[in-house]
Amino acid sequence: MNEKKPTSLLYLDGVSVSFDGFKALNSLSFVIEPGELRAIIGPNGAGKTTMMDIITGKTRPDTGEVFFKGDIDLTKRDEAEIAQLGIGRKFQKPTVFESHTVWDNLELALNRKRGVFATLFYRMTPEDNARIEEILSTVRLSNRRNDLAASLSHGQKQWLEIGMLLAQEPELLLVDEPVAGMTDAETAETAILLKEIARTRSVVVVEHDMGFIRDLGVKVTCLAEGSVLAEGSIDFVSADQKVIENYLGR
Amino acid sequence: MITSFLLKSFDRTIVIAVAVILGLALIVPALNLLTAPDHPLHVPTYLVSLFGKYLTYALLALALDLVWGFCGILSLGHAAFFALGGYAMGMYLMRQIGARGSYGNPLLPDFMVFLNWKELPWFWYGFDMFWFAALMVVLVPGMLAFVFGWFAFRSRVNGVYLSIITQAMTFALLLAFFRNDMGFGGNNGLTDFKDILGFNIQAQGTRAALFAASAVALALSLILTSGMVRSKYGKILVGVRDAESRTRFLGYRVEHFKLFAFTISAMMAGVAGALYVPQVGIINPGEFDPANSIEVVIWTAVGGRGTLIGPIIGAVLVNGGKSVFTAAFPEFWLFALGGLFVLVTLFLPKGIVGTLQGWRARRKEYRKAAADEAARGQTAAEPVAAE
Repeated sequence: MNEKKPTSLLYLDGVSVSFDGFKALNSLSFVIEPGELRAIIGPNGAGKTTMMDIITGKTRPDTGEVFFKGDIDLTKRDEAEIAQLGIGRKFQKPTVFESHTVWDNLELALNRKRGVFATLFYRMTPEDNARIEEILSTVRLSNRRNDLAASLSHGQKQWLEIGMLLAQEPELLLVDEPVAGMTDAETAETAILLKEIARTRSVVVVEHDMGFIRDLGVKVTCLAEGSVLAEGSIDFVSADQKVIENYLGR
Repeated sequence: MITSFLLKSFDRTIVIAVAVILGLALIVPALNLLTAPDHPLHVPTYLVSLFGKYLTYALLALALDLVWGFCGILSLGHAAFFALGGYAMGMYLMRQIGARGSYGNPLLPDFMVFLNWKELPWFWYGFDMFWFAALMVVLVPGMLAFVFGWFAFRSRVNGVYLSIITQAMTFALLLAFFRNDMGFGGNNGLTDFKDILGFNIQAQGTRAALFAASAVALALSLILTSGMVRSKYGKILVGVRDAESRTRFLGYRVEHFKLFAFTISAMMAGVAGALYVPQVGIINPGEFDPANSIEVVIWTAVGGRGTLIGPIIGAVLVNGGKSVFTAAFPEFWLFALGGLFVLVTLFLPKGIVGTLQGWRARRKEYRKAAADEAARGQTAAEPVAAE
């Protein structure tokens, strides 16, 4: 397994964590390759969100290894550092800065110096301006740029958050239920958007919506009770007897 | 770099507010010094000092608003930073008394002679020099805020827990400063000041100058805070207030952003305290009373937190009301203050300035909608006109 480390973007091996005796992750192992788009499914309590917490430094694993880009040990770093290393995270509930405009949300997310004094004396440059314009059109919010994020619809907030992640220019994007609460049309557009994004970076999508995952047409990992149950194409995984018992059948 | 920072800090409201404050810095002392006592526009000296005191309160409220209104840190201990700045100034003023004290000791302040102390404690050294005292006015509150904030923000103490430990901080300081052996005059505090920078502290001219200094300090702080909240830093501060985890997962070190704001805010509160003490003539441990810090929160809430002008207006209005009320109906003041707080919370949750801004924004939106409507009506009407 160890020889896999250098080539993979994200490498989890034997990760376990428990909260008050409850094993949220039980020896979880998987690998994400550079440029891969991966879907993760699983019943409630399977450990999907805990897995994201571990990767982004919010939770420390009890045992196990988490490596990014081969040899960067993520278990020793905090959220801000991991974000600066190039891992972006989208929350289940859209989390944007409601009292800022759409434009300001993207400006804050832009991958620039993150220090107190650097931001105190920051000046918008033409490149930054162009980059924000570009992201605005990618997430289809150009005409809402001066509106407060609070006034966006639910689906638009999801897109704005995805746009913020793009502005962060991560190499790995973790996306938690991006289409929850979206209309069918919005869901289809989001699938296109994510596929577009995955052309230039790796994306891990946690989702319940099987139709959406079919739209993505990518490799699927099914989690249950904190470890990997099955991995493969959507047809392969949904035909797996254990997956049907644990997840689809319920 | 600095100029662009300053340029950004000026929007119309801030320009007007700074102009008004600086105007007051000229007009009030002028009306006091240049008009005869029986002139209808004469401002008596006691009023100059009273207004000067309001300005220092306004500065304290502005300092609190920077952390509470813009970063969501509800500090219930800001009066502690104010009092520490006040004590630093008070120590300078004590050393200026020299041999003119009741006991005539050229080195030791009266209370130390009374306690039978033989030599000056080490921490009183240097306070005979104004520049040193002025440095301590910002450094002592700043250091305390830095150390306190370092531990609190790193351990991610948030919300009501942070408020409680700030209360505990000011209460601990209250108890400490009450002790005679701390060397700060105990219960009686520091008073009986004679000179500041060689000028008689009771003189009319000195009072007017102190008023002007308070106004200038407030105006400068307003420019500084405005520059801060309008920069990208300030937007991140608001981001921390609204969605702390989002800021963190974007890669910002939230604790550094909080710590910087908290420290700057404590320094501003220290300056406010230092200007307050010579104008009221005394500083005692009562200034550390937890209730004082809570009053600052009320001024800020009444004026409008999260706006820069709000806390200034709130502090002046509430304290003006307090002066009028306690003179006319002393027994009703606390009821009035309590009632005011209830009414503001119920009917003006954004405070006076916040509510006015809300009205203005809505009116602008309404006008824009009406203009759009009119424009659409016109294009629809055009073909008819062409016929």
